[in-house]
Amino acid sequence: MEVLIYLVPLALALGFLGLAAFLWSLKSGQYDDLDGAAWRAIMDEDEA
Amino acid sequence: MRDLTHFIEPLDGGLARMDLAVDGITCPACMAKIEADLARVPNVTRARLNLTNRRLALEWKAGALDPACVIDRLAELGFKAYPFSANRAEADEDAEARFLLRCLAVAAFAAMNIMLLSVSVWSGNVSDITPEQRDFFHWLSALIALPAVAYAGQPFFRSAVRALLARSVNMDVPITLGVVLALGMSVVETLGHAEHAYFDSAVMLLTFLLAGRFLDQNMRRRTRAVASNPAALKAETAVKFVTPDEIREVPVSAVHAGDLVLVRPGERVTVDGVVTEGRSEIDQSLVTGETAPIGAASGTRVYAGTVNLSGTLRVRVAAAATGTLLDEVTRLLDNAVKARSRYVRLAERAARLYAPLVHTTALATMLGWVAFGATWHDAIITAIAVLIITCPCALGLAIPAVQVVASGALFRAGVLLNTGDAIERLADVDTVVFDKTGTLTLPQPEVVNAADVPPDVLALAGRLALASSHPLAAAIARAAGAKLPLDGVVEEPGQGVRVVLDRQELRLGRPSWCGAEREAGALALASEASAIAFRRDDERYAFAVCQQPRPDVVAVIDALRMRGLRVEILSGDRAEAVKAVARAVCVETWCAGVTPAEKISHIEARKRQGRTVLMVGDGLNDAPALAAAHVSLSPITAVHLSQAAADAVFLGDRLAPVADTLVLAAKAKRLMRQNLWLAVLYNAIAVPIAIAGLATPLVAAVAMSGSSVLVTANALRARHRGMPWKF
Repeated sequence: MEVLIYLVPLALALGFLGLAAFLWSLKSGQYDDLDGAAWRAIMDEDEA
Repeated sequence: MRDLTHFIEPLDGGLARMDLAVDGITCPACMAKIEADLARVPNVTRARLNLTNRRLALEWKAGALDPACVIDRLAELGFKAYPFSANRAEADEDAEARFLLRCLAVAAFAAMNIMLLSVSVWSGNVSDITPEQRDFFHWLSALIALPAVAYAGQPFFRSAVRALLARSVNMDVPITLGVVLALGMSVVETLGHAEHAYFDSAVMLLTFLLAGRFLDQNMRRRTRAVASNPAALKAETAVKFVTPDEIREVPVSAVHAGDLVLVRPGERVTVDGVVTEGRSEIDQSLVTGETAPIGAASGTRVYAGTVNLSGTLRVRVAAAATGTLLDEVTRLLDNAVKARSRYVRLAERAARLYAPLVHTTALATMLGWVAFGATWHDAIITAIAVLIITCPCALGLAIPAVQVVASGALFRAGVLLNTGDAIERLADVDTVVFDKTGTLTLPQPEVVNAADVPPDVLALAGRLALASSHPLAAAIARAAGAKLPLDGVVEEPGQGVRVVLDRQELRLGRPSWCGAEREAGALALASEASAIAFRRDDERYAFAVCQQPRPDVVAVIDALRMRGLRVEILSGDRAEAVKAVARAVCVETWCAGVTPAEKISHIEARKRQGRTVLMVGDGLNDAPALAAAHVSLSPITAVHLSQAAADAVFLGDRLAPVADTLVLAAKAKRLMRQNLWLAVLYNAIAVPIAIAGLATPLVAAVAMSGSSVLVTANALRARHRGMPWKF
C-alpha cells in the first residue's frame, strides 16, 4: 500500500489542475457568450 | 454631430472601447458578417459580437477613429446599433453570477475528490481496509472539504446570517446548520478513529444546491440582458444647444435642468420641460393614454415619452417640478411600491414550517436515544445524522429547478421576467386589467382602409411617405410596404410632403392642404382616427389612420375568460374611444378617462373584494397601477418607468404572451407544489432510517442524490410543449 504515498498526491494534483484550468477559462471570458461560441466553431475563417 | 464621449471607456495602450447594443441580428451568420466587415475598418483593433446578449464590444485606436463611423457602417449593413452602458444592477448581477460559478467549481472539484476517497472507504469497510488507511483517507477528505466549504458555502452562510439577524428563518438556515454540524462531527469522529465520516454528504449537498442557484441566476441574467437592449435602442438622447446656435446630440444623462433642447418633427421627446419656441402637435398616448394629439406652443409643458408630430420645438428642460403629471406619477409609484405587501415566496413558507420541525425532530432523537440508554456520544451522532439526511437538498432545489425551466419556456414564448417571484404570483391571478392604448391596441398607428385605395396609388403614396418623419406617414409607408423613396421631395412643415413626378404634382398630408376635405369627410371616421390625404393632379384619396387592436386580441381575451378570469379595461383615454375598443373585444367592464391615482384606487378596490389582479399596461400613467397590482406585465414598447415597475415584459405585436404567461405560471406553480410534496415524501422515508441510527454516509449519499434527481426531473415537465393556446 506504499503506492498511496505518491498516488494520492498525484490524484489531488490532477484535480487541482482541472479546477485551475476551469477558473482560468472562466476568468478569460469563455462562458460569456455560449450561443456565439457554438457557431464560431463551425464557421469558416475566410468567409465574409 | 453625435456626441458619444459619455459611452467611451479609455483603455491602456492608446486604445478606447465602447459597447453597442445591436438590433436586427437574426442568425449566427449576422455575427460573422458584422465581425468580418468591421475587421476591415482601419484602426478598429477588436470587434467581437456577443450572440447571447446581442452586444458588440468595439476597441479602436483612440483619436484615430470616430466611433460614429462604425455605427454608420453597421447601419449600411442593415443593423441598428446604439451605444450601451450597463446599469449598476446588471453589473452587480454579473459579478454575483461569476462568484456563484466559482463556488460551484470549487464545490464540484471537492465533491469529486472526496467521493473518490469515500467510495474507497465504503468498499474497504466491507473488505480489508486497515484503521490507519481509513484515518488517512478521512484526514485527506477533511483537508479538501474544510477549505472548499469555507469558500463555496459563502452564499448560504451569508444569507442564513442575514435571515437570523432579521429574526427570521429561510432555507439557508437549516442548510448552513446541517453542513457545519456534518463537518464538525466528521472531524471529531475522525479524531476518534471512527468508521463513518460525512465529509462527502456536506460537499455534495453544496454542489447540488449551488448548481440550482447558478442556473436560476443565469436564466434571470440572460432575460435581463435581452430586456435592457431595447432600452438602449430607444436611444435616450436629446439634441442640446451647446451655444445659442450650435446643437449636438447627447445622451439624456448629460442634459440638465435649464438646458435648451431641440425636438424635430417625428422625434420622441426625451426630456420633461416647457416649450419656449415653436408650434406643433404632440402625441401623448404613451403618457396619458389619450390618442388624440394636443397642440403645443410656447409655454406648453411636454413630457419625456411623448412624440412631436408636426413642427420643430425648442424645449427648456425643467427639473421634476411639483404639480406636474410626472411628479404625481413618481409620487404615486413610490407610495405603491412602499405599500406593496411583500409576497412571501413558496420556498420561504416551506422553510418556516420545515426548519423548526427538523430541528425539533433532531433534538427529540437525541433525547430519545439517551432515555433508551444510549451514550451521549452515540445519541448526538444519531441526532446529527438526522440533520444531515433532512438537510433540504430536494427542498432547496424544488423551487429553483422549476423556476429555471419555466423562465426558459417563457423566454422562448417572448416573455422576459423582471422579478424572481413573478411566476408564483402570476399563478394566483383571477382578474386581468388591461390598459387600452398601446396594450390592447398596437403601439403604432395603422392604415385602416388600405383595401379601398387602388394598389398603384397606395404604392406611390407609400414611397412619398418615406420622405416624411411624421408617424402617420410612417403608417402609410408600412401599409404600402414601400422601400424606394422618391427624389426631390419637399416637406411643408405642419402640412405634408410634395414632389413633382412625371410632370404630375403629388401631395401627401393634411386633407385641407391636398384639397381632399370631401374624401376625408366620406371616411366617416371613428373619433380616434386621423385622416391623411393623397393627391395626384386631380385624383384625391383619403387614408384613415388609427391605432388598431393587436391582431389576436379577441382570441386571447376569450381564452382568458375560458380560464375563468375576469377581464377589465382601465384607460386614460376618452370614453368613446375606450367604448369602441371594449365593444370590439367584447369586454363589458371598462372605465375611461381615469387618472393614475384613480387607476390605483380601482385596483385597491378589486383587492378589497378579495381578487388578485394582473395589470397589463404600457403608459407612464399606468406605472403606479402596475406597481400596486398583485402582479404586472408590460409590452416591450412601454415607457421606461412602466417597464421598470412591471414584473415581466413581453415582446412582439401579439397579445398571446399574456395568456401563455398565465398558463405556464399556473403549470409551474403546480410543479413547485408537487416538488415540495416529493421532498416531504423523501423525508418521510429517510428520517425514520436516520432516527433508527441506520443512516450511514452511503445511505445519505444515495438518498440525497436520488431525491435531487427526482425533483429536477419533475421540474423539466414545465417545458413548453407547443403553444397551449391554439389560435
